[in-house]
Amino acid sequence: MLKDITIGQYFPGDSPVHKMDPRSKILAVVIYIVALFVCKSFVGYLLILLYLAAAVKISTISPRSLLKGLKPLVFILAFTAILNLFYTFEGNVLVHFWRLTITDAGIVRAILMVVRVMMLVVGTFLLTYTTSPITLTDGLERLLGGLKKIHVPVHELAMMMSIALRFIPTLIEETDKIMSAQKARGADFETGNIFQKAKALLPIMVPLFVSAFRRADELATAMECRCYTGGVGRTKLSPLKWAKRDTIGMAVTVLMLAAVIVLKVFGF
Amino acid sequence: MNTAIEVKNAAFSYQETEEHAAVRIFEDLNLEIEQGKFVVILGHNGCGKSTLAKHFNAILLPTGGEIYAYGMNTKSEEDTINIRKSVGMVFQNPDNQIVANVVEEDVAFALENLGLPTEEIRERVDAALNAVGMYEFRKHAPHLLSGGQKQRIAIAGVLAMRPKCVVLDEPTAMLDPVGRREVVDTIHELNEKFGVTVVLITHHMREAITADRVIVMNEGEILADDTPKKVFSQVELLKGVGLTVPETTELMYELNKSGWELPLDALSVEECAQEIYSRLQ
Repeated sequence: MLKDITIGQYFPGDSPVHKMDPRSKILAVVIYIVALFVCKSFVGYLLILLYLAAAVKISTISPRSLLKGLKPLVFILAFTAILNLFYTFEGNVLVHFWRLTITDAGIVRAILMVVRVMMLVVGTFLLTYTTSPITLTDGLERLLGGLKKIHVPVHELAMMMSIALRFIPTLIEETDKIMSAQKARGADFETGNIFQKAKALLPIMVPLFVSAFRRADELATAMECRCYTGGVGRTKLSPLKWAKRDTIGMAVTVLMLAAVIVLKVFGF
Repeated sequence: MNTAIEVKNAAFSYQETEEHAAVRIFEDLNLEIEQGKFVVILGHNGCGKSTLAKHFNAILLPTGGEIYAYGMNTKSEEDTINIRKSVGMVFQNPDNQIVANVVEEDVAFALENLGLPTEEIRERVDAALNAVGMYEFRKHAPHLLSGGQKQRIAIAGVLAMRPKCVVLDEPTAMLDPVGRREVVDTIHELNEKFGVTVVLITHHMREAITADRVIVMNEGEILADDTPKKVFSQVELLKGVGLTVPETTELMYELNKSGWELPLDALSVEECAQEIYSRLQ
């Protein structure tokens, strides 16, 4: 049952978006987010939406699966909408009852905010849907490489990330095994309120942690045996390559941001 | 004949801590392993065989005496990487040795650490995967493979360094019979085809039969050190320290008890059957 958990929700594919260098994809998402926050007008959002739609189209990821990712966010979206609806006091008052006022500016702002959050989430999902976690870690390591100069352990963090990702299925399998063993001896994980359920999980956590530490120890020895001495002087089997499509992608993204800024300056 | 590993008066004991008294694992141990040989180390749990193996590539350092790997003292820090390059090591649990999410990335791990150029890494990874017969699985995720396959990946990961010697610490202990055969066959191939020195630590007497040399350890001491035929003929000695003998030797030994006179050094099933057949005629 635990095997169904997917972390990072990566959909393997062969599209140009999948093949893009993780660095350019991460940068594009950052620029995209900046554009979303700079933009204040419908025209601007339309432009960004066009950009997003094009990216989704090229990625061959079905829009439905992207929108599905919004489901857990319904509460936050509703909250954002309500907050903006009632706490905007400018504009013409449309409805006024008790202490609540709804203005036309409020409605516009609520819609824009909801659209902004939705586009934010869909855009970042597109990144994780088209990039494997390992490639993503690789890209981050390279992008943040400059921080090494101020002694941020970038390589070590990336290594930790990728080992954590590598061990997720192993540990899930182990949890399943421990749970079965406990169930065979009469443990009950299904009944009771949330506190009782949490308490029932304790006998699983303890052996899981003990074994995780043992695994970590053995893995460290095995890594040492294979000449691991840290990030200095390491090379890569498949180094990241900046291709033509990355340049094109970046150019389009920067153009989009420039257009949004120009629109803002001219008051749209 | 070249010496791969030389153990000279080596001693090792775990340091005294607040909770534990110092534990002596072995003392005044002498051993020499020749290049290109297939050596099996036998012994029951806690006899010090795994601890000794970890000394061969400077994972542990002796608290007394010296250990040399291809002439390099394991205590010298500037040689550590060279020693680990020459003496690879494979452990019991394949899950705990695999670092990466993709098979070929894992095999490349050691080479990336050594800073080799990309083309050479690619070439060596492909060669290592071919050597263990796992080339077609190079893009797979390791956790979806069987135990035997995972262990072969672990061996490939070590092999990619092109070591002169591979030490395997109970590599088959967690595998099913099919996986065990895959791994044992792979190890034999390394020794025969590529001339790699193999030091195999095991519980399984069957795996020891085909070795060039068998070393039996007990309580940190070397109890027997000879060819498999000569070692397994000493049935009483082995049973005295809680070890078993191969089924064939066991059969001959029991038959001899009831008055037969069979040689104890017929280790393979065919030899054993032939001996009994000729006695019956």
